[in-house]
Amino acid sequence: MYDFAYHKPTSVADAVKILSADPDARPISGGQTLLPALKHRLNKPTAVVDLSGIAELKGVKRQGDKLVIGALTKHMDVANSPEVQAAIPALAQLASGIGDIQVRNRGTIGGSVANNDPAADYPAAVLALDATVVTDKRRIAADDFFQGMFTTALEPGELLIAVEFPIPEKAGYAKMRNPASRYVMAGAFVAKTKSGIRVVINGAGPGVFRQADMEKALTANWSADSVGAVKQSADGLNGDIHGSAEYRAHLVTVMAKRAVTAAG
Amino acid sequence: MPQVTLTVNGKTSTVEVEGRTLLVELLREKLRLTGTHVGCDTSQCGACVVHVDGDSVKSCTMLALQADGATVTTIEGLAKPDGTLHPMQEAFREYHALQCGFCTPGMVMSAIDLVQKHPQGLSEKEIREGLEGNLCRCTGYHNIVKAIAAAQDVMHGRRSELQPAAE
Amino acid sequence: MNAVTPFEGIGASVKRKEDLRFLSGRGQYTDDINRPGQAYAYILRSPHAHARIVVLDTAAAAAMPGVVAIYTGADTAALGSIPCGWQIHNKDGSPMAEPRHPMLAEGKVRHVGDQVAVVIAESRGQAKDAAEAIQVEYEVLPAAATMAAAQAPGAAAIHDGVAGNLCYDWHIGDKAVNDAAFAAAAKVVEFETTNNRLIANAMEPRAAIGEFDSTSGDYTLYTTSQNPHVIRLLMGAFVLQIPESKLRVVAPDVGGGFGSKIYHYAEEAIVTWAAGKLGRPVKWTCERTESFMSDAHGRDHVTKCALALDANGKFLGLRVHTEANMGAYLSTFAPCVPTYLYATLLAGVYTTPTIYCEVKAVFTNTVPVDAYRGAGRPEATYLLERLVDIAAAETGIDRVEIRRRNFIPTDAFPYQTPVALQYDSGDYTATLDAALAASDWAGFEARRQAAAAKGKLRGIGCSTYLEACGIAPSAVVGSLGARAGLYEVGTIRVHPTGSVTVLTGAHSHGQGHETTFAQLVADRLGVPVAQVDVVHGDTAKVPFGMGTYGSRSLAVGGSAMVKAMDKIIAKGKKIAAHLMEASVEDIEFDRGTFRVAGTDRTKALAEISLAAYVPHNYPIEEIEPGLEETAFYDPKNFTYPGGCHIAEVEIDPDTGHVTVMKFTAVDDVGRVINPMIVEGQVQGGVAQGIGQALLEAAVYDSDGQLLSGSMMDYCLPRAEDLPPVGVATHTTLCTHNPLGVKGCGEVGAIGSPPAVMNAVVDALKGYGVRHVEMPATPQKIWGIIHAGQRLAAE
Repeated sequence: MYDFAYHKPTSVADAVKILSADPDARPISGGQTLLPALKHRLNKPTAVVDLSGIAELKGVKRQGDKLVIGALTKHMDVANSPEVQAAIPALAQLASGIGDIQVRNRGTIGGSVANNDPAADYPAAVLALDATVVTDKRRIAADDFFQGMFTTALEPGELLIAVEFPIPEKAGYAKMRNPASRYVMAGAFVAKTKSGIRVVINGAGPGVFRQADMEKALTANWSADSVGAVKQSADGLNGDIHGSAEYRAHLVTVMAKRAVTAAG
Repeated sequence: MPQVTLTVNGKTSTVEVEGRTLLVELLREKLRLTGTHVGCDTSQCGACVVHVDGDSVKSCTMLALQADGATVTTIEGLAKPDGTLHPMQEAFREYHALQCGFCTPGMVMSAIDLVQKHPQGLSEKEIREGLEGNLCRCTGYHNIVKAIAAAQDVMHGRRSELQPAAE
Repeated sequence: MNAVTPFEGIGASVKRKEDLRFLSGRGQYTDDINRPGQAYAYILRSPHAHARIVVLDTAAAAAMPGVVAIYTGADTAALGSIPCGWQIHNKDGSPMAEPRHPMLAEGKVRHVGDQVAVVIAESRGQAKDAAEAIQVEYEVLPAAATMAAAQAPGAAAIHDGVAGNLCYDWHIGDKAVNDAAFAAAAKVVEFETTNNRLIANAMEPRAAIGEFDSTSGDYTLYTTSQNPHVIRLLMGAFVLQIPESKLRVVAPDVGGGFGSKIYHYAEEAIVTWAAGKLGRPVKWTCERTESFMSDAHGRDHVTKCALALDANGKFLGLRVHTEANMGAYLSTFAPCVPTYLYATLLAGVYTTPTIYCEVKAVFTNTVPVDAYRGAGRPEATYLLERLVDIAAAETGIDRVEIRRRNFIPTDAFPYQTPVALQYDSGDYTATLDAALAASDWAGFEARRQAAAAKGKLRGIGCSTYLEACGIAPSAVVGSLGARAGLYEVGTIRVHPTGSVTVLTGAHSHGQGHETTFAQLVADRLGVPVAQVDVVHGDTAKVPFGMGTYGSRSLAVGGSAMVKAMDKIIAKGKKIAAHLMEASVEDIEFDRGTFRVAGTDRTKALAEISLAAYVPHNYPIEEIEPGLEETAFYDPKNFTYPGGCHIAEVEIDPDTGHVTVMKFTAVDDVGRVINPMIVEGQVQGGVAQGIGQALLEAAVYDSDGQLLSGSMMDYCLPRAEDLPPVGVATHTTLCTHNPLGVKGCGEVGAIGSPPAVMNAVVDALKGYGVRHVEMPATPQKIWGIIHAGQRLAAE
């Protein structure tokens, strides 16, 4: 790891001030993605801005027909939250399957969503549930937020504050893990939301994406068989030693079926 | 150089570190608590697991400065001052849940957190799933799983003493 | 002294003495050791598989903060080559190619991870920072990542003077006899397979600390090694030219080895040499990603083989052609692994009358290969046990029945195989029957149908295997090319008040020697386990030793202790005879007590030892004071553990994921000293075998880049990837060592891969599958099912 300065602001305003002043400063929350990258010297930040001292960024709140989850809420806290379990059990289940226990004890939803790793779990839920990403500056619809591999609508110095999840009628998530890294090799998050049926695929492609054919099929007939009849094209999907694009394409359908079954 | 103040195994220390110093480096190199091991550099093996404020974390994936003000327990801090082992340590010995011993500190710390967070008890399958963050290359996990299953009964007060391993 | 409870001797599951320190965080592994004034080394490694170093400029790096020194191949060129411990001869009798293996690259790099330079600095971080400032310009050369590429016409030479990148072309067996057997066969079954390259991944990464005392000229090396005396010999004599008397090698607690810590690694020589140059200790600790490209890999064979059978399914002959990947340089044991640890095992448990095997060892631009748990024997067992299953399928003979028909019968021992080995004992029917019963083989069809009802494909498979442990005797291995003896050394030191220190040349890195060896003493000398301390891993304390690998510690090291204890008892009898005024011939010894035969006159061992160290009333004319004996034990033969492993798997046809539902091992490891430890060893070996079968593979791309170069890509078994492993033993005694022991460290890794793969193929039998290559990853299995479905649809 290269050395860097360390800051621990206690307010969003202070964090934003530091990050805006130094384009090479990086925010850190749980650090479960950033620190491994830094250890391999893939990144050379001048400063690391630890957000964990900002109390206002933590916690789950039910606000009417939506759940608001603060950016610094840990995966373990989402998984164990009675509010999440009651309102969006698929989200609690997703959180309970991220990484391992130690990752879940440190990693945060804000970090995962802002990082937008194509093999991460949370972006699938955010997009499928038609969530809104709240930053210190604005509110961004999920459809506008994720912009491909490790890329989001966040601007330099812009800080993710919370994610607002409208409570769906039903939702389900299923994934196949990469056997070595345990990241998602192919996953599907399906949801019946107020804005319609949404099917989001993660792990398989260069970023999370909505599967329009599957959404259409499920809109016509909400059943595992219905979505199971939809084939995912392998074009543009990721391939590596554990999963070719063709295999991932196949898994997309399998996981979508399982997600529908899980959603009920 | 920045300073970090933390309480490790009941003892509070203030240590100078670099921004990049990891918690595990602080423990091993500054505090000379070498029971916590480093087995990988991709946050997967779990040999470095310690408890920070009651939760198991990978100390190789946390900056020392992030532990400022925290209460940390390492493998060295588990036994009572008179040397009595924690039930999990005792169970690992009874069930031959360790061979080379390198993954053992992290495995024990993870196992304790796992059991503590599941007072209702864990099945064999749940124990195996709960160990997803810890790698062992020696035991095949068979005896680790058995040790954790036995230790949970003592930790939750369902048995006063460890169920002995069958001969 | 208290009488020993019977529970501590041979056959007792004594809890391990070493556990308390490991469980309290008080183990002392090499990286836990810090020497006063130590500097830190970081190795700059090649990013290319094959390249010439055109420019290597360390000036800017040397000026970086904290840098103490930077060394390159130019600084170490006058030093010796990292040596190879075994010389194989070609078919024509000429010696194998043995190119120089420099500590630091000398103008050329030959694999990704090859050592280019070492930076020594005041901190690890500074050393790493400075390494990035070293300017290296490479002229990239064509790389041969596979044996096929290395042997292709016009392939670039990895080493000057090594034609065709061929290390050796060796064979064993009588080809003419073999050809005749095939000509007369009713059926010939042919089979090609690759044995996947593996990376040991002991949980403790390698580390080394070199230290030099300028006043005495003494060097000390602390290192993560399975065999410190061997390292002292190889590094001292061949690389650095330091006499043994000036070089101490300490292998303290070592966190797993599995063969990967046998090899004398360049880093050991680098830190020792640099400590001498700098006059201060130099510490190096490997990072895991670095260990993927610098620890010796294992396996990596490509084999074509054929089995000749008569009309009744009796094996008439076996023909094997194997290409074995050596990697870019020869590691310590590499040349012997695919020859004398592989081809000699091809008879397995069968009466195959003729076997012919030829082996080509090939250099490639990959990490050197060396022993990995089983070393040669898993490769032999895998191809044989898969071949037998294929033969069963293609002759229509039941796969258990075809094995029974070919087993070496129990009355045939000692049994001379056509490939050099003479088996001393075994009962393959007994272990098979026990495993069939324990696995409920007979009830499997019902389980297959139940799985099918849930949409799952269930399969069962067995392997009836044999291995050879405790490689020996020295004279024989010497004639086969070993450059060392393969005996072991044990010292028994009975202290004045009767406690015992055992010094052993074997090395424990997880095997529990401190307990098992103490049990040997408890059993024979009657000293409680708590009063027996076992010392190993330090050349300054232990007289000599060959270390631990090849499941040799108990069979060879334990036997040396028994010999030394017998000397103790013999001497003790003389002392006892003197004290009790009896004739030596009349003294009996049993578990701690010397007795005048037929009387109640006794002396405890502690009384004898006290007399030996305080020789006031002592036969001083006849024997020396003191009670300490050393024995060197050179075995007469290998030992031959064997048994039967049965795996039951379930495949999810939607994803291709294979789950091992049940695993049964029934092993004959000879006499069992500590059943708890034996079970643990088997379970651990089985885990690595299941890893090879289903999860693990070191994968290079065509440019020689290691694609599975971290734990993110190389899949190690986790708890949920593995089933509970049922272990039972069925004992026949080894006939030629004093303990009757055979060895248990490797059986799990040897017997299990073919059992798992036979089960996988069985599960897929509805898809017309003849064979599935390891590892049977979800992707691979899905591909097979998918192709089968497509075929069925067409």
